[in-house]
Amino acid sequence: MKKILLFATAFVMVACSSNGVVSDQNTSSSVANNDNQSLVIKGSDTEVQLVSNLAEAFGIKNPGSDISVTGGGSATGIASLLNEEIDLANSSRAVSQEEKETAAKKGLTLHEFILAKDGLSVIVHPSNKLASFTLQQLSDIYSGTVKNWKDLGGKDAPIVLYGRQSTSGTYKFFRDTVVKKDYASDMRNMEGSQAIVDAVKTDVNGIGYVGVGYIKDETEKPRTDIAIIPVQTADGTPVSPLDEAAVKSGKYPIARDIYQYFSASPKQNALLTSFLVYEASPEGQEIIKKAGFYTLSQQAADANTALLSAQ
Amino acid sequence: MAVTRAYIMRKHSQHALRHADYLLFGLVAVFTVFLLLSIFLFLFLTGIQAFTEISVSQFFTTLRWDPTAMSGPKYGILSQLAGTLSISVLSLLIAVPAGLSIAICLSEMLSPRLREILKPTIEMIASIPSVVLGLVGLLYVAPLIARVFHISNGLNAVTASLLIAIAVLPTIASICEDALSCVPDRLRDASFALGATRWTTIKRVVIPTARSGILAGIMLGFGRAIGETMIVLMVAGNSLAFPKSLLDPVRPITANIAIEIKEVTLGSIHWDALFAVGCVLFLLTFIINFAADFVIHAKDPL
Repeated sequence: MKKILLFATAFVMVACSSNGVVSDQNTSSSVANNDNQSLVIKGSDTEVQLVSNLAEAFGIKNPGSDISVTGGGSATGIASLLNEEIDLANSSRAVSQEEKETAAKKGLTLHEFILAKDGLSVIVHPSNKLASFTLQQLSDIYSGTVKNWKDLGGKDAPIVLYGRQSTSGTYKFFRDTVVKKDYASDMRNMEGSQAIVDAVKTDVNGIGYVGVGYIKDETEKPRTDIAIIPVQTADGTPVSPLDEAAVKSGKYPIARDIYQYFSASPKQNALLTSFLVYEASPEGQEIIKKAGFYTLSQQAADANTALLSAQ
Repeated sequence: MAVTRAYIMRKHSQHALRHADYLLFGLVAVFTVFLLLSIFLFLFLTGIQAFTEISVSQFFTTLRWDPTAMSGPKYGILSQLAGTLSISVLSLLIAVPAGLSIAICLSEMLSPRLREILKPTIEMIASIPSVVLGLVGLLYVAPLIARVFHISNGLNAVTASLLIAIAVLPTIASICEDALSCVPDRLRDASFALGATRWTTIKRVVIPTARSGILAGIMLGFGRAIGETMIVLMVAGNSLAFPKSLLDPVRPITANIAIEIKEVTLGSIHWDALFAVGCVLFLLTFIINFAADFVIHAKDPL
């Protein structure tokens, strides 16, 4: 009897879980294709809070619209977009050549909307008294060449690396533009940016990297439970990611644009267009600033305008 | 007359029911076997495709797993395997003695009334969702481990093993208790009559007799430990390096699949490789189950 019960339970569980998956796919595909009053957004963990805030504010002005925003990483978002499960993919990096090829193979055209400017921030425990990093030092730290804080003029203690998982756009951006090698294999791969902040604030030997939106608290002030370390430019000037002008001008060495991608023509999805227009509006820009990110350069804003008017 | 008719009708319906029963249970049993076989076939057939591009020796003998590495994809399973094995073995080393002690205590020492209260309570632990255990681990156990071992961060194999031990404890305790309770009292009485103490009786008579049931409990616990995903994802640290000590962060097979399946495109070599890893996990539990079964039946005292 016990065995039968056990099998029955297992069977019910399998049945339930597979049902869950199936119905999930159904809803998302029907959303993408038919129902213009809802919008499914997925991807970058760096952007998830910001885009949720935008969607919430948009929802108040447009009752009846239904926007869902989930995280999981930029690669997750782009993969879902390519699988035609979602309408809009958040991505904290530009799409890769490989992803472009997959899109072309599937007959999809990817359109790039630039959401905001981010200064990728290097954080350590507040007890760490380092003044600044050079890009070379960051590369050495994250590739595992430098393993002790004393080699950088700090205390004699091992460096504990915190990074994101390979699904993350931030993981790839930081690797490709800063480390320029593979990450040290003992880097801890955290689930999200918030997890990195939480780990670094309790780890006296830790170092991590997150989007600028994660180093500010609710009142838009820099957090005090972590230390934000300036990064040196080529001529040796330390620049903080909190310096808005430096991030926007690109003087901050690891400033980046963060993106949103869609494949459908917005004409097919009126809600998508009006949401993107809202994001680019002064009101949307205000929310971007509030979330701790920076607004676009004129050039990027012009690119967005051209994109939206061309559709 | 009425009594007779009712009796006949009951007989009839019982008979009909029995046929329906056989049919139903038969179908369910066949379906279960079919389910198991098709899952294994699906895993195996997808996984085997990985070896069209990945060499078998690279897969099984290299340490580094990093399919999206800048210096070209790397598909070595050993670090993950070490993570899976270290965590599941360590968690069983904690959970088996604890679970068996609980079972002995419940079955041999406590009064039946107390047992009726305590056993369901212990089984309640099994109903704690593993994500909740993971959360508790992240917030309380990991900082505690960090303090105890004087390390800066407690996300490692030891923390994960402790939490998984909690997760598998009720399975082991409950099934072992069932096995011990099934030992007939006449064996105990005979042992006492020969002048054995209670402890000797437990050690020399009850446990050996209940051995196969106990082993079954341990195996079920092992299955749960090796397949546990959420807890390890949250507290094992998820680093790709080969663990040099139990206080190093590890990424077991389950966590690796959960992390990477989100980014792979269907049909890519990375996708196939994840299935190959899943296949290894499946084979691992299969072999261990099979071995245990073999041991049980080889020297079954009953």
